[in-house]
Amino acid sequence: MKNHDDHISSYQLNWTVLLVLLMLTTISILAIKMHLGAYTVALALILASVKVTIVLTYFMHLKFENLLLRLMVGGVFLLFAIVIAITFTDYYFR
Amino acid sequence: MSTTEHSDHMDSDTGKLGMWLFLFTELFLFGGLFIVYAVMRSKYAGDFHHAALELNAFIGATNTVVLLVSSMTVAMSLTAIQRNQKSLAMGLIFITLILAGVFMVNKYFEWGHKIGLHLYPGSDVMKTLPHGEIMFFGLYYMMTGLHALHVIIGGILLTIVMLRINSGKINSQHYLLQENGALYWHLVDLIWIFLFPLLYLIT
Repeated sequence: MKNHDDHISSYQLNWTVLLVLLMLTTISILAIKMHLGAYTVALALILASVKVTIVLTYFMHLKFENLLLRLMVGGVFLLFAIVIAITFTDYYFR
Repeated sequence: MSTTEHSDHMDSDTGKLGMWLFLFTELFLFGGLFIVYAVMRSKYAGDFHHAALELNAFIGATNTVVLLVSSMTVAMSLTAIQRNQKSLAMGLIFITLILAGVFMVNKYFEWGHKIGLHLYPGSDVMKTLPHGEIMFFGLYYMMTGLHALHVIIGGILLTIVMLRINSGKINSQHYLLQENGALYWHLVDLIWIFLFPLLYLIT
């Protein structure tokens, strides 16, 4: 099981990714504490989605993976979004 | 490149693909709970608001930072093994395990405090609460409990990885198990990234 020709992420990149994630966490805590009313939930979810995308891309190395794997991950998240959308459409219009 | 080496590399690719397929099932396991949370929140907005005030956002935020840092150390350990820095790779996984321990200790105090206030499913106090608050605490224990179980499993997996690096079974040429262990650990982090704002921040 050789995988010696994989991409190697530098320590520098890992540090930078962590700093960005911590900054986004701080922003989401501050933003929610400001009580933006109806937009609070939407904002929290958008910021969480950005953080998840960053973790998937850099920490989980999707940026350096083959196209098949990237399409699969994208497809599964899309499927999940569709499931949520259908559930809510069903819930609000029944 | 010899035939053997070629098929070896294919093994590594398929091994990782299998791990991702497993992670997809995990995503839908938690996804189902997120959908229940979302529907119940829109149905019992007032009760959810009131119940969420009970949660300690400071412990939640601390555990978020702990998990984000641990995600970085496990990602760095992969860089270390790829660069053949064996003891650094083991040290970074060891730090990850310590951080997993810190997370669980925080969780212990957090749950302990709530159980001390008799806020647990089936308690006498819980029975007197409005229906929406019972739903909130039920989902809180279910989601954070299932997540904590994943932290424990991830910790065991990373301990095995650390021992195998020590024995040389995982090295700069063969590190599929470490890659998959790291992927699992990142998943634990991903789920917490959504749990933290939904349960602790939004009130």
